[in-house]
Amino acid sequence: MTTTELSPEQATTAAELVNASVRLAGKRIFTDVELTVGRGQFVAVLGPNGAGKSTLMRALLGLLPLQSGSVTVLGRPPAQARAAIGYLPQRHAFDSSTRIRGVDLVRLGLDGTRWGIPVALTTATRRRRKAESARIGEVIETVGATGYAHRAIGELSGGEQQRLLIAQALVRNPQLLILDEPLDSLDLPNQASVAALLRRICTSERVSVLLVAHDVNPLLGYLDQVIYMAGGHATSGSVEEVITSAKLSELYGTPIEVLRTTDGRLVVVGQPEAPHHHGDRHAHDHHEHDQP
Amino acid sequence: MSPSLSLNPVDDFNALTTYPFMVNALEAGTIIAVLAAVVGWYMVLRRQSFAGHTLSVMAFPGAAGAALAGLPTALGYYLACGAAAVFMRGGRSGSGLGSPGRGYGTETATIATVQTVGLAAGFLFLSLNNAVLGGTETLLFGTFLGVSRGQVLTLLLVAIAALAMVAAATRPLLLETIDPEGARARGLPVAALDLGFLLVLALAVAATSQITGALLVFALLVAPPAAAQQLTMRPGLGLVLSVVFALAVVWLGLGVAYFSIWPVGFYVTSFAFALYLAARLWHTTARRRHRGD
Repeated sequence: MTTTELSPEQATTAAELVNASVRLAGKRIFTDVELTVGRGQFVAVLGPNGAGKSTLMRALLGLLPLQSGSVTVLGRPPAQARAAIGYLPQRHAFDSSTRIRGVDLVRLGLDGTRWGIPVALTTATRRRRKAESARIGEVIETVGATGYAHRAIGELSGGEQQRLLIAQALVRNPQLLILDEPLDSLDLPNQASVAALLRRICTSERVSVLLVAHDVNPLLGYLDQVIYMAGGHATSGSVEEVITSAKLSELYGTPIEVLRTTDGRLVVVGQPEAPHHHGDRHAHDHHEHDQP
Repeated sequence: MSPSLSLNPVDDFNALTTYPFMVNALEAGTIIAVLAAVVGWYMVLRRQSFAGHTLSVMAFPGAAGAALAGLPTALGYYLACGAAAVFMRGGRSGSGLGSPGRGYGTETATIATVQTVGLAAGFLFLSLNNAVLGGTETLLFGTFLGVSRGQVLTLLLVAIAALAMVAAATRPLLLETIDPEGARARGLPVAALDLGFLLVLALAVAATSQITGALLVFALLVAPPAAAQQLTMRPGLGLVLSVVFALAVVWLGLGVAYFSIWPVGFYVTSFAFALYLAARLWHTTARRRHRGD
């Protein structure tokens, strides 16, 4: 399989936001956000609920116009780069009775948007199907899902489902992978292994990965960069630069303390609590929910 | 009265096809078996059986309304089912990015409301018409053996139209069914697919319920696809199995009823139920065996 989008491959940056501001229904979501994601970089978008992380993703996908500033994805306007973006929206786990195999889910990554009946009548289409099957096997191998790809996705664990969804996005050879809270609802070991998998994909497939996360801890040691959004603003840089008492206090406009536990985990203390919509979904979330 | 079974397949087949009403029944049964099996396969996978059931109930206001307005009954079926599909789709909460999943909660309430309103409207039409509704029993339990040539032809055209729509969208509809958020993110017209499928389902239900009756639509729309999905997870094979099961149920039901005094609907439903039970059983034992390994 070769990728037909040549210029997205040649672009020097995966995504770039300059002075970007978004307003939705008269409400300011964020102002003057600056971000540069380099090729093959692994970048996390952090921040409390309602800080505009999902809005930022929508802007990068070209689903939402900016109020001011500019956004480029793979060197072009986002809407034109969509074919080269693999996007994993935030979602519920598959229902336990979903009777579809993992491989079928991954195959839909290739042909899910093709119309017509999938019957291979000519040798050319048969050859193409064979090549597609090979590619499907390859990405399933890459995410380490070969052992369970033929089982019903509904019966798989959250981590296994997430790996298959990553394979589904990878199968089209994207240049940029955008994932909205992929670690949400996974247990801690699975959060760590999915983070490690994404790091490996950045390197081996030369894909840039932009990931929205609630908690930076499972990602520590893997990230090239973080962008932290709060109070309508954002700041980006390495984890060491951004997640500091000084930077976050400035961003929130209120004193914030960043503590490091003996095992290296980061705990942010003193941030104003955003209103909770999710109940106890993030109950294990040290980064977000430690009380002042 | 009823012909006797000779146990000679050729003689029995000849006996089955002696009368035009039986030929019409077999043809109509074959058409709706294929239609219901394919549309039903998606319906079961989409967990829209409740929507399908509600659409089948719409046969009552459809028939009653048509009788009141002096329109053909079949037209009443199609109009009522189509309108219900549009209302049900309108009730689905638009889930944007960041609000994952389908709005199942709201959807169920909306469908239930549509069902109630439909029944109430049917009752109203019936009383306005001085409670004259020809063949309530037919409406509920079908008229397998009273199918006309014209009905067979109409069924064939409806089935071709509905199946062509499904065929055009096999894969996008599958993607949208199991992963609506992913489908939306990849630029598929999710809302159009949703509404389109409900309309195709409405067509299939309206067509099927004219033959099987409003209460027995389910025998064909749910049992064969559900059984197929117990036996295989492959989409292509599942669709084929679903059609094979539906054809078997209809042909067996018609064949056995011909040589019996009990009604067709009873046999079709019983065979469908038995098929589903067998598939469940097979699935459970296969899983237990798999775990034992």
